[in-house]
Amino acid sequence: MTSTQSSASKGVPDAALLEARGVSKTFPGVRALDAVDFAVCAGEVVALVGENGAGKSTLMKVLAGLHQPDEGGLAMNGGPVALGGPIDAMQRGIALIHQELSLCENLTVSGAMFLGAELRRGPFLREQEMAAATAGWLARLGLDADPRALVSSLRMGQRQLLEIARALRADAKVLIMDEPTSSLTDAEARRLFEVVKELRRDGVGIVYITHRLAEIETIADRVVGLRDGRNSGALEAGEITQDRMVALMVGRDLAGPSRTPHPPGEVVLEVCGLKTHAWPDAAVDLQLRRGEVVGVAGLLGAGRTEVLRALFGVDKRAAGEVVLEGQTLRSGDVRGAIASGLGMLPEDRKSEGLVSAMSVRENVSLPTLRARGAWLDRGYDRATSATAIEDLLIACSSGEQQVSSLSGGNQQKVVLGKWLAASPSVLLLDEPTRGVDVGARAEIYRRLDGLARAGLAILFVSSELDEVLQLADRVLVLREGAVVGDLTGADRTEAQIMMLATGALAPQESR
Amino acid sequence: MNKLIGIALLLVLVAAVTAALSYDDASQTFTFLSSYNLENLLRRIGLFGVLSVAAAFVIVTGGIDLSIGAVVCVAGCLLPWLLVDVGLPAPIAMSAVLLVCALIGLWHGLLVVGLRLQPFVVTLCGLLLYRGLMRKFTGDRTMGLGEAGEGLRWLATGKIPLTADFGLPVPMCVLLLVGVATGILWQRTVAGRHLFALGRNEEAARFAGVRTGLLTMMSYVACSALAGLGGCLFVLDVNSAQASSFGNFYELYAIAGAVLGGVALRGGEGMVLGVVLGAALMQLLSNTINLLGDSNQLEFAVVGAVILFGAGFDEVVRRFFSAKGPAGSGR
Repeated sequence: MTSTQSSASKGVPDAALLEARGVSKTFPGVRALDAVDFAVCAGEVVALVGENGAGKSTLMKVLAGLHQPDEGGLAMNGGPVALGGPIDAMQRGIALIHQELSLCENLTVSGAMFLGAELRRGPFLREQEMAAATAGWLARLGLDADPRALVSSLRMGQRQLLEIARALRADAKVLIMDEPTSSLTDAEARRLFEVVKELRRDGVGIVYITHRLAEIETIADRVVGLRDGRNSGALEAGEITQDRMVALMVGRDLAGPSRTPHPPGEVVLEVCGLKTHAWPDAAVDLQLRRGEVVGVAGLLGAGRTEVLRALFGVDKRAAGEVVLEGQTLRSGDVRGAIASGLGMLPEDRKSEGLVSAMSVRENVSLPTLRARGAWLDRGYDRATSATAIEDLLIACSSGEQQVSSLSGGNQQKVVLGKWLAASPSVLLLDEPTRGVDVGARAEIYRRLDGLARAGLAILFVSSELDEVLQLADRVLVLREGAVVGDLTGADRTEAQIMMLATGALAPQESR
Repeated sequence: MNKLIGIALLLVLVAAVTAALSYDDASQTFTFLSSYNLENLLRRIGLFGVLSVAAAFVIVTGGIDLSIGAVVCVAGCLLPWLLVDVGLPAPIAMSAVLLVCALIGLWHGLLVVGLRLQPFVVTLCGLLLYRGLMRKFTGDRTMGLGEAGEGLRWLATGKIPLTADFGLPVPMCVLLLVGVATGILWQRTVAGRHLFALGRNEEAARFAGVRTGLLTMMSYVACSALAGLGGCLFVLDVNSAQASSFGNFYELYAIAGAVLGGVALRGGEGMVLGVVLGAALMQLLSNTINLLGDSNQLEFAVVGAVILFGAGFDEVVRRFFSAKGPAGSGR
């Protein structure tokens, strides 16, 4: 079973336990997977690496039966299979250990362990036997918990191990682990690695997905890279280094694209010692100048969104001071932030950026509503929305069209238009082009560039490195809540950003 | 468990205070402790307790049933009609009523599971629909049992003598039977385990192979059938029903009892014993007001205040503990 060297060129060894052959998957507007090959053998740990959006989650979901491939197919032990759904996959021995855990917290540990496959005598539960069997599994994984304790009383790391135990109880042959250490302490993570190594010895095939390249170095037998939904190569044992993994993730073009920087003006936003509740131990300092576009890069969970939310006042700050044009902003005061000249385009457009059931006009004028006495100034409403529609080329029948019926790109333009109507001095953007088609994306880039030239300061978060490099004069890299890099000029390369974001490169000296 | 102890203590406390304050100088006795009052209180606890268990079935799945009072009305009007107007024998009439009510529950379940309508909407419309239909059906007449219900009435008005002058009212025995059966179903069977799992995290339960749709539907059936049983007992208790008012607001008593007894509205949480204690506390409060007050005008207000206090206290305790950081490992 250790013939992993034979067809290493494609990264597909023979006698694979679970295999994806030329799998493609398209979502509206995105080709998430394009003829991807992937395989995992018994007793092997395969790490899957790629940037955010490279197709890792989609591949994982195809392997676990949550998505059906459009083209290509899956094979188990060499024979083709079609997975009817997650339950079918489970019954065939494929278990997915998800980032968001899927345990019923109100059950006991042994109840969760046997959910859906209870030991029974007629209609009745055999609690004793289940508790005893559970204790055995827990002992095997070194999980110190009472089978009769509630799941809700377990720490995240313990729940992670419980999910693995549950998969093993269900006789899983393939374990797919998505960012398993993202919510674990160091000690818990080390325990998890030991468990993974034991499982490998027992002949379980493990697909390991993580952004933490150091973990892969210690644990993986093989690395498969994805980039833009395609295979970008594979690394065999002995070749696995962080540098080579980064190369798989970002490709060979290590130079940043050329662009004309904006001439920066005086400092408009000053942030000192900002701590968020997500990362209370990491302080962020930053300065933003008039006309400057600053991109914030980092992995999922690095605290990028949290920093923007704390700046805008949607979340309270754990500590720190924010000064906007000489005015100190109070923590957790959105109204104050808006009044002082801050605007924010949030990450989740549908739930945070727009009131979907309202019209374009009502959305655009919402932050700046004007009243005549007790009455809404409808003239102002109409004028503002007309300006936004014209200015941003929003494709809608009229200002009265409901925003939920617009395309993603046009919805995003409405969010942008609503903040431009408030004429802010600093605009915060969180994933400004998520779910936005190419045309509208170019439109948004062009507008943002123009706004910056007119003196607006922009701080934006994006998971797409091309976007960060194309838009930003300066790139801040966040890792575990702290600024680990401040890149300008020729330093702004994908490789540099990835190395800092994954911790492959030590944090830069403070400016 | 802590919650159960809390509500049991509250129950004892209110009972003790009521008993102490109910001392009657003229007869030199405690009115609250008279067997007449206690039997009456236990009978009402039995009647309303069945409805609270009904409500709890649906709340545990994360749903709600606002039509319980209307189903009580349906049962309360149909039973006299079948016995008196149609002339069916008592066991057949009673079974027919329970079947109709179970079908109402099945209908709710189909709408909630099949069409994915919100339980609130489905059962709010049911509340209006069934009472309206019953008013038309009976022409707003008072549906009396007359002599036809003689034997059956023992279910609601009878008692099992324990001492010379005190007996356990039969509705309380019915509640105990329903409670024990429900308790076994919830705590000891596979179906019960699945019911609680889907109530808290339906996706996780579905991915574990639990038949979430079927179970959700069955809890609506159980809820309406129990509401129907309650309706039969109520009409047997008072001997007649009038569609325009019979069972009005009973869904609120039922839900309040369940919630007060620790059944969480977010689903997947609750114990039958708690539900019974919650229903008992509701009836005890109403009894207290009737005994001690000049009128029962404040009844709703007191009940509302007590539930609000209970919920608020629970939330404050929860926040206090969660503010102390994530819960430690199992004790």
